[in-house]
Amino acid sequence: MNYLEFEEPIKQLREQLQKAQELQDQSDVDMHSTVADLEGKIAEVTKKIYSELTPWQRVQVSRHPDRPYTLSYIEAITGGRFEELHGDRTVKDDKAMVGGWGFVDDQAVMFIGQQKGVNTKMRQYRNFGMANPEGYRKALRLMKLAEKFNRPIVTLIDTPGAFPGLEAEERGQGEAIARNLIEMCQLKVPVICIIIGEGASGGALGIGIGDRVLMLENTWYSVISPESCSSILWRNWDHKKEAAEALHLTGENMLELKLIDGIIPEPLGGAHANREAIYATVKATIQEQLSKLMPMDPAKRIDARIKKFSSMGVVHSA
Amino acid sequence: MGWFKRIQEGITTKSTEKKEIPEGAWYKCPGCKNVVTSQEFAGTLNVCATCGHHERIGSAEYFEVLFDGGKFREVAAKMVSADPLEFKDTTDYKSRLEKAQKKTELEDAIRTASGELDGLPVVISAMDFSFIGGSMGSVVGEKIARGIDLALKKQCPYICISKSGGARMMEAGLSLMQMAKTSARLSLLAQARLPYISVLTDPTTGGVTASFAMLGDLNIAEPNALIGFAGPRVVRETIGKDLPEGFQRSEFLLEHGFLDAIVERKDLKSKIAFYLRAMYDAPMGEEKVG
Repeated sequence: MNYLEFEEPIKQLREQLQKAQELQDQSDVDMHSTVADLEGKIAEVTKKIYSELTPWQRVQVSRHPDRPYTLSYIEAITGGRFEELHGDRTVKDDKAMVGGWGFVDDQAVMFIGQQKGVNTKMRQYRNFGMANPEGYRKALRLMKLAEKFNRPIVTLIDTPGAFPGLEAEERGQGEAIARNLIEMCQLKVPVICIIIGEGASGGALGIGIGDRVLMLENTWYSVISPESCSSILWRNWDHKKEAAEALHLTGENMLELKLIDGIIPEPLGGAHANREAIYATVKATIQEQLSKLMPMDPAKRIDARIKKFSSMGVVHSA
Repeated sequence: MGWFKRIQEGITTKSTEKKEIPEGAWYKCPGCKNVVTSQEFAGTLNVCATCGHHERIGSAEYFEVLFDGGKFREVAAKMVSADPLEFKDTTDYKSRLEKAQKKTELEDAIRTASGELDGLPVVISAMDFSFIGGSMGSVVGEKIARGIDLALKKQCPYICISKSGGARMMEAGLSLMQMAKTSARLSLLAQARLPYISVLTDPTTGGVTASFAMLGDLNIAEPNALIGFAGPRVVRETIGKDLPEGFQRSEFLLEHGFLDAIVERKDLKSKIAFYLRAMYDAPMGEEKVG
């Protein structure tokens, strides 16, 4: 278990609990009441901490090292009935973007999402979840495949941004993301997008045009990360907390601004505190939304999708 | 790259002196040199149990692997090549065909058949490398076209197992246009939204790669298969450089984005069945329950 700095009280209580349990196991001392007491306290403290998260703390939770990533969600939601598909059919197979056919109960679904690595080696292998143009092109290829065979699409978004590299620019990072935006607007099949971690900018939006765009409770979605925002506008990295506030990047903020369609609640203490619970919630959400979206006429669904994105933006009428 | 790379092979055998290896009781793996009985080897679907080397197999074996109970109905089984150009090189095309037919007991380099795969109706074409290097002439093109037509008629998926040196020189322009013909027919299948799975096996090169083999809704390959457009020798001579290790092998193609997956022969049927169920709803009553 890894703990964030504001989770320190939880950490201390958990350590006490562990000690109490060890004592219980190793000796005849009856620790039942102490254990129950501590468990109650942990729940209470966790609830308090997590109900008062600041925007910056939410950003931290969204990057929690124990937080589940895209493939873990897909494996759990499909019960292992998933086959990954590779390649953009042009230059490369991008390891930062994954996708493939999976079955949610009996419904075939095309899953797509950015993938982060679970340890140092895998983080490098996955390029920290930062996709190159070929990743966005693979995603589009798979979306087109889903459209061809009339299967819904679920995208799971978790990226610190599209990869800002030399070759990425050479191969047209901007074009690749732009292409996805226009193509996704016209997909004839239902599209559900769920931000499961970080939703950074165009790199997130590149697989983020959907009939439903939902954010898990402890995630963020904005035009830039708080750190980068701080470094550009404040000209140093020290103002990330203020930047996080200013950016209005939490689920509540985004919902209020009508930029997303809903928030998926996380278990007490965040998605990482109870993986099975969050997998079950996300699966149920996908099924519920699909049951509403699939019976719709494709033309009406596309129309509604376009209207929704067209209505975004706030101006004073001239 | 080894410093002491042997430039010249120690023993050079002229192609005229190459002998066909007789069907024996034993199989020696060219990869790890492990020896097993032919019977054991057939039991592992002609894949080396020690190193995973996938030995080349033909249409008969692939049909056995993929069709339920090995049962299928062949399409245009007796179709044979004509010789409209009366082509002649060191020997004439006609006698080359006859020799190949006699040696392989096949009519040409491909067979097409319909049947069921895990209860799903399918049409499968599979190529035979043993017949003039699996080269694509008019018969190969026509049998693929007929396979696609049948899939359209039955409203079922089409699967093609490629194993070919490329176009058949002895049919010249006619051979070249089989690339266009097969692609044209595949466009109809795509329009009908019926799945096409292309299975690339060792070797798949030239005009076959540059047409139907690369056009699958899913392109899957057996491990370590040679897949490319220009052959490695041609590439090496053209660029005047040694080729990187693993160049034009399945894993290289996967890394470069051209394959959806690499699938071992033992998993070929179950994976194809999975893919088909993801992309295809069998007409009511056709798919078995459970």
